[in-house]
Amino acid sequence: MLEQRSRTAGSATAAGLIIKIAVLAVVAALAVWAALPLIAAEAWWGLALEAAVVAVLYYVYLQRRAIQLKYLVPGTLLLIAFQILPVILTIGTSFSNYGDGHRVDKEQAVEAIIAAGVQQTPGGATYLFAVGESSTGELTLLLTDQRDGSTWAGTEAGLTELDDATVDASGRVTAAPGYTVWDLAELNERQAELAELAVPTGDDSGIKVQGLSAFEGTSTRSYDEACDCIADAATGTVWYADNEEGSFLTEDGEPALVGWRVDIGADNYLDVLTDPDIRGPFLGIFTWNILFAAGSVLLTFAIGLGTAMALNKPSMRGTKVYRTLMILPYAMPSFAMLLVWAQMFNRDFGLVNDLFNLSVNWYGGTWSARAMVLIANTWLGWPYMFLICLGALQALPSDSLEAARIDGATGVTAFRKITLPLLLIALTPLLISSFAFNFNNFNAIELLSGGSPFRAGDAVGGTDLLITYAFRQAFGATTADYGFASAISVFIFLIVATMSAVMFRFTRNQEDVYS
Amino acid sequence: MTVSQVREKPEVKGASPLPRRGKSPFVKWVGEFGWRHLVAVAVLVFGLVPIVYVVSAAFNPNGTLSSTSLLPTSFGFGNFEKLFTDPNVPFGRWFLNSLVIAVPAAFISIFISSLAAYAFSRFRFRGRRPMLLFLLLIQMFPAFLSVVALYLIFGSIGEFYPVAGLNTKLGLMLVYMGGALGVSTWLMKGFFDTIPKELDEAATIDGATHAQIFFGMILPLAAPIIAISGILAFVGTMNDFILASLFLTDRPEMTLAVGLKTLTADNSPASYFGIFAAGTLLTSVLTVAVFMSLQRYIVSGLTGGAVKG
Repeated sequence: MLEQRSRTAGSATAAGLIIKIAVLAVVAALAVWAALPLIAAEAWWGLALEAAVVAVLYYVYLQRRAIQLKYLVPGTLLLIAFQILPVILTIGTSFSNYGDGHRVDKEQAVEAIIAAGVQQTPGGATYLFAVGESSTGELTLLLTDQRDGSTWAGTEAGLTELDDATVDASGRVTAAPGYTVWDLAELNERQAELAELAVPTGDDSGIKVQGLSAFEGTSTRSYDEACDCIADAATGTVWYADNEEGSFLTEDGEPALVGWRVDIGADNYLDVLTDPDIRGPFLGIFTWNILFAAGSVLLTFAIGLGTAMALNKPSMRGTKVYRTLMILPYAMPSFAMLLVWAQMFNRDFGLVNDLFNLSVNWYGGTWSARAMVLIANTWLGWPYMFLICLGALQALPSDSLEAARIDGATGVTAFRKITLPLLLIALTPLLISSFAFNFNNFNAIELLSGGSPFRAGDAVGGTDLLITYAFRQAFGATTADYGFASAISVFIFLIVATMSAVMFRFTRNQEDVYS
Repeated sequence: MTVSQVREKPEVKGASPLPRRGKSPFVKWVGEFGWRHLVAVAVLVFGLVPIVYVVSAAFNPNGTLSSTSLLPTSFGFGNFEKLFTDPNVPFGRWFLNSLVIAVPAAFISIFISSLAAYAFSRFRFRGRRPMLLFLLLIQMFPAFLSVVALYLIFGSIGEFYPVAGLNTKLGLMLVYMGGALGVSTWLMKGFFDTIPKELDEAATIDGATHAQIFFGMILPLAAPIIAISGILAFVGTMNDFILASLFLTDRPEMTLAVGLKTLTADNSPASYFGIFAAGTLLTSVLTVAVFMSLQRYIVSGLTGGAVKG
């Protein structure tokens, strides 16, 4: 990327200078390209940020004193943008109610609720519609105006013109850049969501879906600033704003369909601690998560170490062949092998039940599913442990073992008293990072069991880890709750941070031992 | 069944080799070597069964899970054929997508972290140690932990720059590159540290700039460690499922991990299992070849990383 050669003490090669100018020119061109959409959208903060980044780049590569910056800047910028910023944003989101039903701001929520009360007016515009999801997962009506054939995208936030949509013969939108259009099956399945959607088009007008077409009309509802409420003149219902929850509530406490995004403080965290419907399952996941990570590390380490001990004998025949074959499971693509294991545990046709003449429904029971994921995950992990154990064994100081032998320690005693402690000193940091890795081993759970077994009506599966649980809260089939999912992520951050602190401790101790 | 296999092996081996001095060479052999072979064979059975199973499934012409057994009963290339002809299984596209994403992402990641490693290894500046520690820390927070935030960030990036939003390869690559510094900077810095500084000094006296030293000297000298880091980054990217499944949802745009998963989903035809196994096998050819040829370096890379944490 930014492979420019700058100079020390004014001595630059011509080629270096040319490369440098070329790269900086590319940066400038990119900057202009990136600025245009920001200006068009009047996103001034974004423009300021961009200008700052470009300024930093130019400064760093034109100055001559702090040369290390030239080497650090590319990685640091990417690190900030795609690793640190997401962490900060996760923490921010965890204090909000962001998610389905709370995507927009209050003004837009008011408009959407008003639009939901739209009654068809004679002579009002009608639209053909298709339904899709925007790139951010927002339910969107893809509308074709039947008067002039223009195409529009409507969400609960409002209407925007769609310029380059593809339409079929009747004029209905079939594809549009940035949207996934639903097919009939999905349309049927999610009819209910559609019936609730209303696209605001003005202070008291909006577009609603009715049957196979959508119409624009005026609403019987209106917002009254004085009481911060919305009243429906036709039905007499009044919704009062609850600014803490980000919802409009009737007097009976029934929320209106659209709420808005607000800061709800620590509610997402408090829910975990106090709501019995969440606390119990959450504790269950947490315990299993630790069990899973610890069990995976223990099993893989035991097998890996045992194998390494067995093969750590230079005079033994065939060690090379053994070792090569043992790397094989490690070299296979892990995602694919997880999927293979998932099939091997199939109740009726799977290999495991076949070989051992069992008929266990591995996915059915909590503990059988847990045993299953542990077995498969052990299979994936032990070659790595074998490799590092073998490496560490060969690096052990031979004089300690020699001394132990002279003192009469043999076999098991020597292993327990000398080899294992020495190994553990060397390998503890690795074991901890292996624990951290398995603690968040999304792939293993998602690809093996998908979190199952699920009890009826439960959002929490028997083999769920915190990360798979958080993922499902945000992107699962049910309503998205980004706020709550983020809160779980923050919880994971805290646990991982604790683990790293422990690891630092060990690394430091180890440095003391070795220096 | 497996147990008897295990038992047989050492006896077969025990019959032939090295008669040693002492009373009973066989007993001695068992004590010294026999148990080692026993352990190795037992572990290998566990290790190789799934792989043998995949091979068997890939060549099973029926392709269904129920007709697949550990050792193949019949043989055919039908699954491989379907892999490239079935319009519902754009395996070629998936493979290409994976490569198009993973190769540049690994390349750029490694380039970026080798730059940083050079700075940490050769320059002394304020904040060097804290930054190194910070990198060690950030390594514990893989990007997918902030998956919700990444989703929201790229949703809004997509509104301004459709080329890099959700559902684009570029966006996914950016995420993978964001983690570049954390992954291999330490490993490379450790290696760069072992390249004598006198070389740099000699080059400087000869009039080389720091960029010439880096590109012309350090990078070539560090080729093995760069290759290893690159391969580990490549394999890691190939294996990613969580981010890829979120970013690339259109069937022809999927990566191998996401695409192959759809073949084993509950609602796909039973005969897709054979196709899936064939796809798995083709995917592994790539990674296994790389691993086997670089076995020695990978082992030393892992243990080297071990000491550095």
